[in-house]
Amino acid sequence: MDATQIEQKAKALAEQAASLAGEMAQFATDAGGVASQVTEAAHSGPYSFISLFTVFILACFVGYYVVWRVTPALHSPLMGVTNAISSVIIVGALIAAGPAETNFSQIMGFCAVVLASVNIFGGFIVTQRMLSMFKKKR
Amino acid sequence: MTENFSAVLYLISSICFIMALKGLSSPDSARQGNMFGIAGMVIAILTTIAMPEVMSYGTILAGIVIGGSIGAFIARKIEMTALPQLVAAFHSLVGLAACFVAAAAFFRPEAYGIGTPGNIAVGSLVEMAVGLAIGAVTFTGSIIAFGKLQGLLSGAPVTFSGQHPLNAALGLLMVALVVWLCIDQSPAAFWAVFVLALVLGILIIIPIGGADMPVVISMLNSYSGWAACGIGFTLGNSLLIITGALVGSSGAILSYIMCKGMNRSFFSVILGGFGGDSDAAAAMGGPGGDKSVKSGSADDAAFIMENASSVVIVPGYGMAVAQAQHALRELGDLLKAKGVKVRYAIHPVAGRMPGHMNVLLAEANVPYEDVLELEEINRDFSQTDVAFVIGANDVTNPAAKSDPASPIYGMPILDVENAKTVLFVKRGMSSGYAGVENELFFRDNTMMLFSDAKKMCEEIVQALD
Repeated sequence: MDATQIEQKAKALAEQAASLAGEMAQFATDAGGVASQVTEAAHSGPYSFISLFTVFILACFVGYYVVWRVTPALHSPLMGVTNAISSVIIVGALIAAGPAETNFSQIMGFCAVVLASVNIFGGFIVTQRMLSMFKKKR
Repeated sequence: MTENFSAVLYLISSICFIMALKGLSSPDSARQGNMFGIAGMVIAILTTIAMPEVMSYGTILAGIVIGGSIGAFIARKIEMTALPQLVAAFHSLVGLAACFVAAAAFFRPEAYGIGTPGNIAVGSLVEMAVGLAIGAVTFTGSIIAFGKLQGLLSGAPVTFSGQHPLNAALGLLMVALVVWLCIDQSPAAFWAVFVLALVLGILIIIPIGGADMPVVISMLNSYSGWAACGIGFTLGNSLLIITGALVGSSGAILSYIMCKGMNRSFFSVILGGFGGDSDAAAAMGGPGGDKSVKSGSADDAAFIMENASSVVIVPGYGMAVAQAQHALRELGDLLKAKGVKVRYAIHPVAGRMPGHMNVLLAEANVPYEDVLELEEINRDFSQTDVAFVIGANDVTNPAAKSDPASPIYGMPILDVENAKTVLFVKRGMSSGYAGVENELFFRDNTMMLFSDAKKMCEEIVQALD
């Protein structure tokens, strides 16, 4: 291997290193952008993440204590009613289906409204049917 | 309507949902609780429709009418024995609805105030991806569970080598895709997350056997709640978060209760592979040919029961399959008329969903005061003359207490062995879902009644008359 070859190889390596460094810098900028967006999201708007998170944790506790008090005989109706109320996701669907003009999001919203409605009506009616059987018979 | 006013209405709606669950603490208050649930849902829907950005009233009304009439029709027609698969099917719809809402928010984020297309706040994107992924897993997972419960798919667990590493790898890939979605914000990334989650939903549920379905149903119930939560975070809507958390914790608690009822850890159920068809068990050794069983007729059973002073009936999934609950109630009524004390004992995992047996007995007009849980009745078996086991097997198997090598060792069981006489209604000598032989069949004080559960009950009723 002569000197020119070594020189050429070194040059190529140096170029590679330079391009890698460039990419690294690009990644760093990207990451910085992402981070600033995260902080932006956490601090902006009327609904900050932390207050929603507080609501979430408190609701989990409420759910925990309320559900443990459900009598085991009524575990099937419990599934029926939780299934019905989880369709409250219809709130998001209604907002999506809301605009007067038709576009992709509006169609998605409409489909979600239909699916959630099946669940709301089906869930509450089947729960009611189950519960109407649990009557005192004496 | 101002934003604060609708927030207050959403809060009222959340409280209604909490009251709906609280009502279920007793059968007397439960119907009122359900009314609270309906009221909460009506408030939530009307509040949203009254918002200024919602204008397409005709479309929305059409959607609610179409969906509502389908739901109402199915819920009125469904047989009570088919409840588990109905619930599974409903879960899948919630999951898919969550995916649709996530898609709507991704392609038109300005409607929810979370940015513009291609420039959505990263926090919102992560929450959206969580809602989307859990929703999609719930969707396909529930369809598989539905297929297994309905008998469209085999109830046997589907396992293959490398299953767990594959699932773990796909889980990691999911995380990578979510990161890609956050950085790139391209529709391709969004759909990639969706499709991978659909595949994961199938892979998670196929290895779980039929007898573990109560856990699966509860788990999917829980997932549908967490999906709603994820969407709630994306939209900054506390009603969705509260309701999702209620449903999520409810499903999680039910899964825990079901796992405890089988003395199995949640992870061993999820990893699956437990309980196949009974032929597999037969191949493992099968019932010992040298042991003899005593079998009897309906007349024998009628004679034993009418001369008893107390009878405890133990129903299981076999009763649901045979639709024997009405004939069974008639049998119970006749015995009561003859002065026999009749009660029912329910194991936590009897049937295919939590509380399945209670609903079937209630459907047949059995007074709920006569229906007791495992802890309430287990001590009484020693003072019981006859234990009448109909369509249950593993939940009575004493091997759970005596044989550490048994796969069901440690599972709480109903101590029917302590009763003076045990009557087993079974179609044949096959073992239960756990694939374990029940030594009770070979005891001297056990009589086997080989027949379909419904037919046997009807014959005993005739003999009693």
